[in-house]
Amino acid sequence: MSITQGQRLRSPAPATRAVAQNYGPPAAWIVAALLLILPLIANGFFLIEIFGTTLILGIIALSLMFLAGYGGMVSLMQLTIAGFAGYMFAIFGSSGSANISLNWPWWLATPMALALATLFGALCGALAVRTEGIYTIMITLAVGSAFYYFTNQNWALFNGHTGINTIVTPHFWGVDWRADTPFYYVILAVAALCFAAVSYLARSPFGLALQGARDNPRRMAALGFNVNAHRVAAYAFASFVAALGGILQVWNYGQISPGSVAVDRAIDILIIAVVGGVTRPVGPFIGALIFVLLRTFALDFLVAIGLDGNRFRLIIGLGFLVIVFFSPDGVVGLWERWRRRSAPALTRPSGGGGHG
Amino acid sequence: MTKFIERNPLWALVLLAVIALGLWLIFAVWPQGLEDAIGKKKVFLNAVFNGVTLGGLYFLVASGFTLIFGLMRNVNLAHGSLYLFGGYIGYGISVWTGSWVLSFVAAFVIVALVGIVMQILVFSRMEGQDLRQTMVTIGLSIVFADLMLWAFGGDFYQVQTPDWLVGPVQLPFLTAVKSSGESVYLSYPKVRLVIFAGSVVIGVAMWLVLNRTRIGMIVRAGVDDREILAAMGVRIRLVFVLVFAFGAGLAGMAGVVGGTFQSLSPGEDTRFLLASLVVVIVGGMGSIPGAALGALIIGLAEQLGSVYIPTYAIVVTFVIMVAVLAVRPQGLLAGR
Repeated sequence: MSITQGQRLRSPAPATRAVAQNYGPPAAWIVAALLLILPLIANGFFLIEIFGTTLILGIIALSLMFLAGYGGMVSLMQLTIAGFAGYMFAIFGSSGSANISLNWPWWLATPMALALATLFGALCGALAVRTEGIYTIMITLAVGSAFYYFTNQNWALFNGHTGINTIVTPHFWGVDWRADTPFYYVILAVAALCFAAVSYLARSPFGLALQGARDNPRRMAALGFNVNAHRVAAYAFASFVAALGGILQVWNYGQISPGSVAVDRAIDILIIAVVGGVTRPVGPFIGALIFVLLRTFALDFLVAIGLDGNRFRLIIGLGFLVIVFFSPDGVVGLWERWRRRSAPALTRPSGGGGHG
Repeated sequence: MTKFIERNPLWALVLLAVIALGLWLIFAVWPQGLEDAIGKKKVFLNAVFNGVTLGGLYFLVASGFTLIFGLMRNVNLAHGSLYLFGGYIGYGISVWTGSWVLSFVAAFVIVALVGIVMQILVFSRMEGQDLRQTMVTIGLSIVFADLMLWAFGGDFYQVQTPDWLVGPVQLPFLTAVKSSGESVYLSYPKVRLVIFAGSVVIGVAMWLVLNRTRIGMIVRAGVDDREILAAMGVRIRLVFVLVFAFGAGLAGMAGVVGGTFQSLSPGEDTRFLLASLVVVIVGGMGSIPGAALGALIIGLAEQLGSVYIPTYAIVVTFVIMVAVLAVRPQGLLAGR
């Protein structure tokens, strides 16, 4: 419980509200500006392999953050929903597997995939809300691994363990939207939208009711809220976000296979969200950046210090353990605590008198 | 049982009909029409036996899982790693000493020791924080999986079956009657039957210990209310350590069984973790008879599914889980 409980005790609400009125901290604007002009600075590898992948994984982890942070439901099936959306796009769109793909145009296949994935996520969510807390993890993990084994076994729809390859990505208005720079802006726009939607929803009546249901479901039920309906709606919204991430992922790689929805990958999403922090929407993106940087450079780093380069997952696992042990609210929590500890020492002597 | 029949006469009747149909399918000589429709009886009987024996293996893995969950509310997602680790230990010991029985003992003891270390160093420090404990077990399972991949590589290992268990055994189950009037009986690998018998013995022993001894009484009381039990002066932490060690040891032993039945390779840990999860969700969290029933259902569903609807076999398992969650969210045989 502690991962989601930790934040309840010291709610960050007053701080965020004050910040929001001042149009956010300057650091956020600098980061946003940097992200916008990034294609001028970074080349293709950094643009897509590092930042594009970070944003995509961040979107999927953001959906988990929404469920875990505001709903208190730790769902391990967010990657499965993303993968489902990806598979649906591959099946309805065009790909190298002509006997499976239906060759719909992308503007029809994408909404279809999003709608089906949202439906799938909402149905599985309706299943998961029949139980609570710790059981949610078990059921969503079972859903995720069942889907993984199903895609492996099934050849008629999912083409078995080879998966679906050379998926056709959108190409319109004379722009190849899979080319590095346009694709980066597509990812950035979707990520910004998802970020804004989650931030907005958290403060909307729905989000507040959801957080109420997280903190005390019985009281919320007594107040006349339909707790389960709120939770299923949260699953539906999170599934939509995850499905957006899944479609971007399929456009990125141009292929999808059971390996993309494997259980390890699903757990990676949990690691990203927890390492970044599930108390703020920005957490998953920070976690994703750390994860992608580690995944990309761990090999070189490990070899450089004279270790076996293949032990990337060991580092990820140990890092995750350290975070869970010492900072249950992730890197975001570490940073907040550090700021709170250092802030009084810095500001009180100089500017403390005037404003209080 | 009688209460169940009184309360749900219709369901009891349906259940009875299903059991009767199953028994008829197993014991009767199939009429020609049935064989034409769904294939030979031998295939069916083999699938049933594979399912039941696989259920025995699932029971060994899942009973430790459910015991740990029932007492400590700790969803040990590293349980699959303990299974695989036990399998590798058993493989190493059986290659080194050549003794199959010794490999079981060694796997049980070593994995139980790992369980003790985990409980003392990790879980006892975050008692009562279910979600954090679960996160830790996820982290541990990643670390264990990578360490084992490092040590044993990605190869397939199989534990050598001892000579006295190699070969088939004739069972008194008719598979067909030849035109000459001669009856053909089912022959089935001896080792799987012996292992199944072993898991039944372990299951019955666990039930007896839980229901007839003092330590079992303490564990059952702990499942119901551990705070009150601790207040009564029982050294609950010691009980926690013992139960965790036993559950982990069972998983390790199951690893040797799995290594003999099938094979050991990276990825098996996830497979058996999933199996335990589904078994426990279906049977009821924290209930040993529930784990037995769930293991039997899931084992049968998996094997029959893979014979009759190969590309949708996993869906059968999943549908069973969904159905149970829809009708009885707490599991079929859950106490509460």
